[in-house]
Amino acid sequence: MIGWFKSPASETQVTHGQRLWLYVFAVITMVLLVTPTLIVIPMSFSDSQYLEFPPDKWSTRWYQHYFGSDEWMRATRTSFKAAILTMLAATPIGVLAAYGLHASRVPFIRPAFILLITPMMVPVVLVAIGAFYAYVKLQILYTMTGLVMAHSLLAIPLVVIVTGSALKSYDMNQENAARSLGAPRWKAFVSITLPQIRFAVVTSALLAFLTSFDEVVIAMFISGGDNPTLTRNMFNALRDQIDPTIASISTIMIVVTTVMMALAQIFGTQRKK
Amino acid sequence: MTATDMNAEGLRRDEQLERLRLFGLASPALLLVLVILVIPVGWLFYVSFIGADGTFSMENYERMLKRKSYARIFRTTFEVSLLTTGLCILIGYPLAYFMSQLPTRWANLCLITVLLPFWTSLLVRTYAWLVLLQKRGLVNDWAISLGLWDEPLKLVHNLNGTLIGMVHIMLPFLILPVYGAMRAIDRDYLKAAANLGASPRRAFWTVFFPLSTPGLFAGALMVFVLSLGFFVTPAVLGGGKVIMVSMKIVSNIELFVNWGAASALGVVLLVLTIGVLWIASRFLNFEQMTGGGHG
Repeated sequence: MIGWFKSPASETQVTHGQRLWLYVFAVITMVLLVTPTLIVIPMSFSDSQYLEFPPDKWSTRWYQHYFGSDEWMRATRTSFKAAILTMLAATPIGVLAAYGLHASRVPFIRPAFILLITPMMVPVVLVAIGAFYAYVKLQILYTMTGLVMAHSLLAIPLVVIVTGSALKSYDMNQENAARSLGAPRWKAFVSITLPQIRFAVVTSALLAFLTSFDEVVIAMFISGGDNPTLTRNMFNALRDQIDPTIASISTIMIVVTTVMMALAQIFGTQRKK
Repeated sequence: MTATDMNAEGLRRDEQLERLRLFGLASPALLLVLVILVIPVGWLFYVSFIGADGTFSMENYERMLKRKSYARIFRTTFEVSLLTTGLCILIGYPLAYFMSQLPTRWANLCLITVLLPFWTSLLVRTYAWLVLLQKRGLVNDWAISLGLWDEPLKLVHNLNGTLIGMVHIMLPFLILPVYGAMRAIDRDYLKAAANLGASPRRAFWTVFFPLSTPGLFAGALMVFVLSLGFFVTPAVLGGGKVIMVSMKIVSNIELFVNWGAASALGVVLLVLTIGVLWIASRFLNFEQMTGGGHG
């Protein structure tokens, strides 16, 4: 142990002992990054009105309350529906755009790319009130169509970036070979290119799902009436009081997110191999 | 013109057409951005110059300059964004450095602790802090039982709570680019510095740190820009005491239905964001930054 303290820690002459502060600091920071969110999980199984850790008595009453509430169930259905539809809309639209920008070497690709990723950079409040105004005019306020369109807007930059970077490392000559053998372009794309960028496409689809599922601010403005999303209802509940039901919903959301991102990671690493 | 020339001419025209057709594949996406983002934001821009009487006026902007409450909102926004960025640097840089010194396998394991919160819903993380920091929350309970402080401290529904929540949410945006930049540094430079007699501290500050600054700039600007437009976390953890520009925009519409005032604030927020991003674009490559954060 003492030997380890005195042994060199890097290319310079610094020893592990001199770096001990860094190790302690890093471990504490990593614990603080992970635990605050995860601690909600055991708390959601508490029997008490006040969220406590560790809970005195365990129960699933807050889950029962959540699954028994029509309002929460409706909001959950809305959120899942919006997320799935966003995934189904944003993925093909974004993949087409990424492919189009990649394959056509027209001079205005760069401005088009920047335009496509602006939804990621404009403050989301502005996107929300802008969409609110547009939807009043288009008469699609509080509709699923409107919600999916706005969420797709947020998801498309991610799809374009992830798919676009996969296309960059893909050799387009393979597609050209298929075409020179007589395949129409769409067929060459579907049978040659798409299978090779499929992991990026799946990753984009999962990111699109999560973008919609987690989104709060836009949903606050344009989802309402019979179609409020889960996050909108959660946000409103948070402003009023600390309802332990939210802990159970949070736990479910953590599970959904973790599953989605684990899938994305698995596909992501396969892509790199 | 010979037949070959005409042939070449025709082929070129065909190719140009083909390129345009391919570019057309991007049109659904571009159309969506146009209809839901560009046109409405353009309209907000227009509305910001319309006064209460329906004619052209600068009153929405003049109000911002005249009223003290607006000055306070802008000051709060900058304060919160700067403090968040500063704290993220102080906490994130050493952690990124620690990870960059580990063998890749261990570093990837540590990276999960950064990515896990990055994936988790923003609302869930904000809620978690609300629960932990409240008066009878875990942090106060434990601190009192450990004797760190006697009375429950007010940790949430104020600036403290907002900063804790925002730093937690923003840290990954700082750590990821900094870590990337640090991994790319050639370790032989440090060996060379040590060989030439530099102390570890000197080798770090004169060789390693300067080489990591592009990542640090990228991360810090990203954190700052995202903080400027943040809404959810300050709205929940600030308890009405920390009012940022985005929150004022929302209340202008939800409570006062004043589109002119909201739009003018929105235009200022957008200009600030574009300004910072324009500076940022000189340091970093946007295409490399996957993953978005929408607050």
